[in-house]
Amino acid sequence: MHRYANPTRFLKIARIATPLTLALGLILTIAGLYIGLFASPPDYQQGESVRIMYVHVPAAWLGSGGYLGLAIASATALIWRHPLATIAARAIAPAGAAFSAICLMSGALWGKPTWGTYWVWDARLTSMLVLLFLYLGYLALAAAETERGGERKGAAILALVGAINLPIIKYSVEWWNTLHQGSSISITQGKSAMAPEILTPLLVSVAGFTFLFAAIVLMRMRALLAEQRVEARSRRLAEAVA
Amino acid sequence: MKLKAKHQRLTLVVGALVALGGAGVLAFTALGDKATYFYAPSDLAAALPTDAIRLGGMVEEGSLVRAGETITFRVTDMRAQRAVTYTGILPDLFREGQGVIAEGTFDPASGVFRADTILAKHDENYMPPEVAGAMRKTASVQE
Repeated sequence: MHRYANPTRFLKIARIATPLTLALGLILTIAGLYIGLFASPPDYQQGESVRIMYVHVPAAWLGSGGYLGLAIASATALIWRHPLATIAARAIAPAGAAFSAICLMSGALWGKPTWGTYWVWDARLTSMLVLLFLYLGYLALAAAETERGGERKGAAILALVGAINLPIIKYSVEWWNTLHQGSSISITQGKSAMAPEILTPLLVSVAGFTFLFAAIVLMRMRALLAEQRVEARSRRLAEAVA
Repeated sequence: MKLKAKHQRLTLVVGALVALGGAGVLAFTALGDKATYFYAPSDLAAALPTDAIRLGGMVEEGSLVRAGETITFRVTDMRAQRAVTYTGILPDLFREGQGVIAEGTFDPASGVFRADTILAKHDENYMPPEVAGAMRKTASVQE
């Protein structure tokens, strides 16, 4: 584990992995969305508005999956003090926040024609909104800590505490009566309540969004590392001049 | 034996997460069904609530009657059902045999639920119209 925590080694891998994940992400997202929007059938109940799902579901999964990554990176930073873990957490947060926002907005646009409302305060929608606020809180706290310098623990602790929201989002539709329907896909039981014509473009789109997410995180991590190096160098220069 | 600083921090984080999880479970138990978005017909006691509530379930097959802009139908959760009346625009997905959530109050005299908002619920099944048509045909042959 320590082997890969070395920033120099990481940068060497990331230089190759970034364009690779970016290309895969773009190809799969375009393919998934093309099949989803043009070459797949409408739903028997919802008609054409089902196509919003090909954006909504991948965004929702990556919004919450990203938070899991943020929490794991924060725990690693707190316990093992890996400098790369903090960088990873800082890089994941804005991407996760963006995907959660896409999920909420596409969900609102999907809710109006199907349910008859943009928004209700049911358990699923509310817990997803809380996830976006957790991301925004993390970003604000992390920015303040970076500015102030010194030990940076607050944001990592916030990320860990917020992880309790993840099972709430996942099981909200089972624990309470909600307007949002239950899960169509169960990975643990290997079941899907979706016809294959609808499931296939969804999975392609999910794969595409995942690679795009990875590419964004890699790019941001490289930028943050470069920023750190520039800062360290200018600090040394300033000291040498003084 | 003195723990290494690294292990001390690990224990601390794991302990904090366990405590947090426990607090979460306690909060949930206290929350109970307060966080529920709607009540099913069988959740309601014999004495009907006088406050505004949300009533949810399936629109019972064959119960929908349209009279101009006003509709009446029964909401069922397969154990109990309630009559609902509503005047206004319906969401596209509102139909018999589909999920529905009605916001409103019970008329104390007749026990009919007067809805001022109707939301349609959709289930977790996704399929093309042809497949749904074929499935309906098979089901009616089996009957």
